[in-house]
Amino acid sequence: MDITTAPTDAPPPLSQPSPTEQKRAARGATRPGDRIFLGLSRGSGILLLVIMAAIAVFLTWRAALAISEDEGNFLTTFEWNTQAQPPVFGIAVLAFGTVVSSIIAMVIAVPIAVAIALFLTHYAPRKLSGPIAYVIDLLAAVPSIVYGLWGALILVPNLNGLYAWLDQYLGWTGILEWNGGAPRSMFTVGVLLAIMILPIITNVSREVFRQVPQMHEEAALALGATRWEVIRMAVIPFGRSGVISASMLGLGRALGETMAVATVLSPSFEIQASLLDPGGGTFAQNIASKFGEASEFGRDALIASGLVLFVITLLVNGAARAIIARRKEYSGANA
Amino acid sequence: MSHAVVTDKRPSSLRGAQLPKWSPWAIAAGSLAVAVGIGLAAGLHSRIQWGLIAALLFIAGTFGIAARVEGKRQAKDRVATSLVWVAFLIAVVPLVSLIWVTVQRGMKVLDGYFLTHSMGLVADSEPGGGIYHAILGSLEQVGLATVIAAPIGVLTAIYLVEYGRGNLARAVTFFVDVMTGIPSIVAGLFILSLMLIFDMQPFGFAGSLALAILMMPVVVRSTEEMLKLVPNELREASLALGVPKWRTILKVVLPTSIGGITTGIMLAVARIAGETAPVLLLVWGNPFINANPFEGAQASLPLYIYQQYANSAGSGAAYDRAWAASLTLIAFVMILNLLARGIARWKAPKTGR
Repeated sequence: MDITTAPTDAPPPLSQPSPTEQKRAARGATRPGDRIFLGLSRGSGILLLVIMAAIAVFLTWRAALAISEDEGNFLTTFEWNTQAQPPVFGIAVLAFGTVVSSIIAMVIAVPIAVAIALFLTHYAPRKLSGPIAYVIDLLAAVPSIVYGLWGALILVPNLNGLYAWLDQYLGWTGILEWNGGAPRSMFTVGVLLAIMILPIITNVSREVFRQVPQMHEEAALALGATRWEVIRMAVIPFGRSGVISASMLGLGRALGETMAVATVLSPSFEIQASLLDPGGGTFAQNIASKFGEASEFGRDALIASGLVLFVITLLVNGAARAIIARRKEYSGANA
Repeated sequence: MSHAVVTDKRPSSLRGAQLPKWSPWAIAAGSLAVAVGIGLAAGLHSRIQWGLIAALLFIAGTFGIAARVEGKRQAKDRVATSLVWVAFLIAVVPLVSLIWVTVQRGMKVLDGYFLTHSMGLVADSEPGGGIYHAILGSLEQVGLATVIAAPIGVLTAIYLVEYGRGNLARAVTFFVDVMTGIPSIVAGLFILSLMLIFDMQPFGFAGSLALAILMMPVVVRSTEEMLKLVPNELREASLALGVPKWRTILKVVLPTSIGGITTGIMLAVARIAGETAPVLLLVWGNPFINANPFEGAQASLPLYIYQQYANSAGSGAAYDRAWAASLTLIAFVMILNLLARGIARWKAPKTGR
């Protein structure tokens, strides 16, 4: 069509913008209603970006105010003394506690969550797997403060026996020694966090295991593999990256959990050699428990520690999402 | 020896020897009984220990018996099966315990009086008082947060699905994902930094803003999924009739997916209703009834639970109130969840399948 009309009517420079104009007309973006609606929806998208940027900017600003006054090294000081003149505070203990409690949570939660995901996709009777998935969702719906209350009043008293065992059989490692204090330690926090991040890891892993090509599993079965061998040779290799990103999403949750840690842990500003001894702290827990009596400067210092937490969770979540996004491209799961 | 016995028994079968179907149950019951026996004999008080012994016995027993009768490969398979079952039970135990304890202890003080009175003149360590002020505060804060977050979230999702191409859309998608992972306390700190700059005292609406930040990405995600389920043919049919795109979205796309969008918003509400950390930083808590979210400290249900636990120095009356408030909160969240799922099923978009 273009070939017949071009030589007679339209000179080349005019015909160039016309496709885009036609496209715009076809999309209807010229009508006022459309323009307003597009503006509104694009505006709210931009607003989300602005909020993210504002979080980063304002936290950094207030954090800078606090850190510039800090007499100690913000990263390595083992103290949180914002009232002193000059103030001395640092995040070493908090960073250690946050990492340790999250690692314990991951060590407990990831294998169990993967097993439950396998249970739902490959083991449970079809009739059961729906209701069970719902029960797992209920675990996710329970508010974290209720977990905290349950952890502090029910879980802690019941862990005495387990602590005695760990001390008896694994005490020689040094990190699992117990001196008989109340079990309000990093280990208990890790157990509670594990329960709380179980649902998210389970749900994402389950979605990944569902996408394993039926052909791979049937091929393995046809070769005489048992169900476990099918899982080991077909399901796990396919789902590995998905499980990793699911675990990182769970890790992001564990890092930022506040109330459950604040109720269960009995905090102190020192690093305990044994995981079973009370003491230590996490970023979020420290903010919640120190906030009440903090002066304005103290709040700025807490904001500084919150900024570190923000950056860490941003990196962990970003990495998890990047892995998921890369997966989508080659698995064909985005259809 | 067992091998010989087995081949004698079933000489014509091509399959190897198999344990009967009921054997996992029998092994489970056996190991449970032995674990209880060991627990009683050794005087272990903690049920957690009993459960762990039973789980270990179950797995070891399964492997031992299956390896003897069926061979090593089958034994591994059975161990994997039993491990998976044990993992599932381990996950269910805390949930059951949590719900059981909450209901049992919460029912003690939960009654009409509890729901309609505040903590105004009641000391934290004494019995009496209620959660009226906390329910009021929670409803106002969560309601305002929803009013802010739901339209922004839905519009953003519409932008991403209906218009979004290019770098802006990609950036929004990525940051919505990242925003989902923001710890609630960081959202609280962000609003707190603004309040420090403008020298403001705690008030309910500040909490709403932080909750809205937490709610937006959840709404965007779920709405996006729902809009993607709307068949393209519907859009094309409408556009082919000359209907402008914005009216197509409002009159065709949204009505088709409204059930799913509502579900997503309700689930997001259920999620933020239980958030404590931002409320702790921004709203402070208040034993008296304050119905104005724009001025003065307010209470909120999750915050009430925390303060009853933390400020009462181990008083039984305060713990009872904390459990009763937990029961109220869980009931609220669960009802929202159930309603949301009901709506999702009732109004599911017809996808031609």
